[in-house]
Amino acid sequence: MAPILRSTSLLALLVFQISLFFFASTLPTSSGTEDSYTITGRVRIPASTAIGHAAKFSNIKVVLNGGQNITFLRPDGYFTFHKVTAGTHLIEVYALGFFFSPVRVDVSARHHGKVQATLTETRRSLTELVLEPLRADQYYEMREPFNVMAILKSPMGLMVGFMVVVVFLMPKLMENIDPEEMKRTQEELRNQGVPSLSSLLPASR
Amino acid sequence: MAIKLYLLLLVFLSSAIASFSLYEDQVGLMDWHQRYIGKVKHAVFHTQKTGRKRVIVSTEENVVASLDLRHGEIFWRHVLGTKDAIDGVDIALGKYVITLSSEGSMLRAWNLPDGQMVWETSLHSSHHSKSLLSVPINLKVDKDYPILVFGGGYLHAVSPLDGEVLWKKDFTAEGFEVQRVLQPLESSIIYVLGFLRSSEAVVYQIDSRSGEVVAEKTTAFPGGFSGEISSVSNDKVVVLDSTRSILVTISFLDGGDVSFQKTRISDLVEDSGEAEILPPRFSDMLAVKVNKRTVFVRVGGEGKLEVVDSLSDETAMSDSLPVADDQVAFASVHHEGSKIHLTVKLVDDLETVLLRESIQMDQHRGRVDKVFINNYIKTDRSNGFRALIVMEDHSLLLLQQGAIVWSREEGLASVTDVTTAELPVEKDGVSVAKVEHTLVDWLKGHILKLKGSLLLASPEDVAAIQEMRMKSSGRSKLTRDHNGFRKLFIALTRAGKLFALHTGDGRIVWSVLLNSPACARPSGVSLYQWQVPHHHAMDENPSVLVVGRCGSDSSSPGVLSFVDVYTGKEISSSDIGHSVVQVMPLPFTDSTEQRLHLIADTDGHVHLYPKTSEALSIFQREFQNVYWYNVEDDKGIIRGHGMKSSCSGETADEYCFTTRELWTVVFPSESEKIISTLTRKPNEVVHTQAKVSTDQDVLYKYVSRNLLFVATVSPKGAGEIGSVTPEESALVVYLIDTITGRILHRLSHQGCQGPVHAVFSENWVVYHYFNLRAHKYEVTVVEIYDQSRAENKNVWKLVLGKHNLTAPISSYSRPEMFTKSQSYFFPQSVKTIAVTSTAKGITSKQLLIGTIGDQILALDKRFVDPRRTLNPSQAEKEEGIIPLTDSLPIIPQSYITHSLKVEGLRGIVTAPAKLESTTHVFAYGVDLFYTRLAPSKTYDSLTDDFSYALLLITIVALVAAIYITWAISEKKELSEKWR
Repeated sequence: MAPILRSTSLLALLVFQISLFFFASTLPTSSGTEDSYTITGRVRIPASTAIGHAAKFSNIKVVLNGGQNITFLRPDGYFTFHKVTAGTHLIEVYALGFFFSPVRVDVSARHHGKVQATLTETRRSLTELVLEPLRADQYYEMREPFNVMAILKSPMGLMVGFMVVVVFLMPKLMENIDPEEMKRTQEELRNQGVPSLSSLLPASR
Repeated sequence: MAIKLYLLLLVFLSSAIASFSLYEDQVGLMDWHQRYIGKVKHAVFHTQKTGRKRVIVSTEENVVASLDLRHGEIFWRHVLGTKDAIDGVDIALGKYVITLSSEGSMLRAWNLPDGQMVWETSLHSSHHSKSLLSVPINLKVDKDYPILVFGGGYLHAVSPLDGEVLWKKDFTAEGFEVQRVLQPLESSIIYVLGFLRSSEAVVYQIDSRSGEVVAEKTTAFPGGFSGEISSVSNDKVVVLDSTRSILVTISFLDGGDVSFQKTRISDLVEDSGEAEILPPRFSDMLAVKVNKRTVFVRVGGEGKLEVVDSLSDETAMSDSLPVADDQVAFASVHHEGSKIHLTVKLVDDLETVLLRESIQMDQHRGRVDKVFINNYIKTDRSNGFRALIVMEDHSLLLLQQGAIVWSREEGLASVTDVTTAELPVEKDGVSVAKVEHTLVDWLKGHILKLKGSLLLASPEDVAAIQEMRMKSSGRSKLTRDHNGFRKLFIALTRAGKLFALHTGDGRIVWSVLLNSPACARPSGVSLYQWQVPHHHAMDENPSVLVVGRCGSDSSSPGVLSFVDVYTGKEISSSDIGHSVVQVMPLPFTDSTEQRLHLIADTDGHVHLYPKTSEALSIFQREFQNVYWYNVEDDKGIIRGHGMKSSCSGETADEYCFTTRELWTVVFPSESEKIISTLTRKPNEVVHTQAKVSTDQDVLYKYVSRNLLFVATVSPKGAGEIGSVTPEESALVVYLIDTITGRILHRLSHQGCQGPVHAVFSENWVVYHYFNLRAHKYEVTVVEIYDQSRAENKNVWKLVLGKHNLTAPISSYSRPEMFTKSQSYFFPQSVKTIAVTSTAKGITSKQLLIGTIGDQILALDKRFVDPRRTLNPSQAEKEEGIIPLTDSLPIIPQSYITHSLKVEGLRGIVTAPAKLESTTHVFAYGVDLFYTRLAPSKTYDSLTDDFSYALLLITIVALVAAIYITWAISEKKELSEKWR
């Protein structure tokens, strides 16, 4: 149990950490191929966005160049890609519940593997390779709470409303008609026997 | 007015973008998700401490996982990258899981309880070699002992605490290959034994703290060594010489002397042949396989070898395991009929059997492949054993006390092909009798639902509703239903096992392991619908054709197997005597509705199946109309073939035909390399050829079954994303008619590269690739329209018959077509793309995009419509054209996998339900996921949420109201009459 507790406290510590320090340093490897560098960065999930989904670092994957390399986060949120050639690369972060912008990473051979990072979605360049989610993803529709207005606005509600208008407002309208005229119409109807639609039309009168 | 308003509302509703969306309480109603890990390669038990007992495994699907030893559930797991194969796994310091991957160049530590990665270290390696992981077994937790890793010519010592490399030794110059690292307890000196050029044995003594070589001893062995090595004790190893007929015992003593002792295998066993040292490690003993016999050889004190036992049948063995009182035991498992026998013996004394158990085993699991054992102390202080066994079908089972405690069907983690099958029709008498609800239960249920929909339900009610929905309406019945929601997905796995999965709850209805007389276990290649009776031969069960192969390369002989879908029984199986390169289902069926198939072999012949005279006569009638093509992507050539004659000259087989080459498309190898080819699904239904736009214009879709989509990229751009500059790479896509070889359309994307993932449906292709200039992924849609029919717009022409709609379509006539295309940015890497398919093709389509995050996104086809403009006119808006944006939207609610992941996603299969609005979606990878989708909402049926009770109550209330008002009006009339 103890390790779990420790890691959660670490996580909390990280989440509320405000001061950041530059760590996007790259170190050219001393041996092996000449142009092999290391990209180090970190993923940070601000506390405010981590409501619905528990931001578990153990389930976050960091992907280089669409699957060439996949790495995971350390408890402090850092990740490292080793043996990266100089050139322009793409880093993506996949975490359930969050949407991260892919990052364009330029590893310079001339400056011994200096890294320049740009978010491709917002075209914002990063001074340090700290990746934050663009937004938190909600995968489910929210059930609307019981709402009278919502029911009234629905097609059924509109139909009921129409009915109410007909049932209660129409008699009110009828009252405004002159009782004499009303009587005459009723007389006429009685004379004609079965009321038909044509008899109700003003032209037939 | 109200009607007008209502109509407006309807229009608004229908034009709103129908995205897939799910409420959280609907999870599991239509979908299911199964988590797997793959075939286990290594297993390490962790049972010392009290509390959770677990086993750490690594698999061939590059998964490292921690399993619950009691129930077999996954505590945690991580799927590493596809190129990051795991070479070794162990537990260090009692709290970290150490994995070595990427041929010994990546070392990671995971926290044992929760799977959080603790540290990661990249190790140097100069070349590909086999790798070795040695984690010190320190019962007293002593942090001084480093983890030793050999791989790629370097030996590294890594601190288990933080992954820091303490020291490294470069052996690349000498070409020294480390075979064994021995870390004697209570000593800081480690022994590193290896071979130089396979002929010299070298023992280094290295100080484990500083990495300094204390002593080095090289001894040449003229015979040369081969492959496997077996370490039998702290100062002896046994290895085979290069002829594989002599066992060499290498002893290295404290002084650093190395001595060899040769023992001929023929001296040990009478009928000797080539020998092989088996991988299990025992102390002071080794297992050698000679002539299909397993021989146990004891290594004596002076390196003397003697045979102690031999087993005739195939036996799987575990490594030895220390049990109480300094004794060492090992487990062996062998088959006998339908039973397996698990035996645990002491290594020192093979007569002492600690455990002997027989367990009934399903025939369709094959033989036992691997055994891992673990011991525990029973209440009576004797030793109990549990054995984790891996079967030939990749399943994982835990045996304890003579029973299978749990089993996992890990074969399903390596699905290679999927097809669908119908369930049997429900007949009287054979109906799977489930107790139907009584009316009271039914009403109760609906009242509960009503409460739920009015949000008046208490939490207990909600739970009851959820449970009721899960079990509802016999969704897991084994019969066909009216809507076609119940179906079987038939999945073929790499191990050559066929599984039928029920769409309702994902359970395995049946499974069958393929057999072949020619080879022990053929590997599964592909799966086809063989017989689907729906007009004729109704009394026959449908069946599928499974194509397998007796080997790994494409020239090895093929195996055909026919499996009954209803029962899961193998009807027949045959070795076809030729290789299988390509299987082509033909659009013809015989009188029993068996589909004709052509199988092309490596010699350029094609073979007709089924081998009946009826099939032959049907085929000969259509002989001139059968064409096929093949793609040689390594050479960059696409060839089209027609039928020539029966190959009677060479063989007497009348079902074998020769072909003639009709056309070839050769891509220049210096500038283009084929990276992707794709055709339409042959069984896809297109509802209408005409597409009418709001301004009364008609576009005719160019719907041809013979279109091939080909994507090529510059050879430099065929690599990974970071390896090429935009100027060096170009992506070109082609649409090729496969009958004539005519290139119908060519589209070039400068500064773009692969990988290309495409989907082809009706008259459109959508493909995903990487744009190097913008450094973003892009999706392009190409729609193909038929120009020759564009004139048929005039009503009078249609009335007078002056149209060409009835003119036969021939691939030989020159097609007049035009294309429309548009590109969009897409913010994610993609693994696979599929498209929904419905029974009649009326329902609008959705693209199903499997992202690299192992989620599946449903994207409406209207987002990838080349007619999208920045400012669509009113008429276009009414038609449902969405204003153009530069990138495709990702709406989180339209992830059909919602908050799940299909780890290691490899493919998505869609199949239509009988209900037009609905489509089945099945995704496979390491995990399996199924759901039912309605791309335009379920417009042709009521949803599950529909409250019948509300309807009933409304009707009752209305009837009551009618009677009440009638009574009131009667009364009123009477009183008026009295007045």
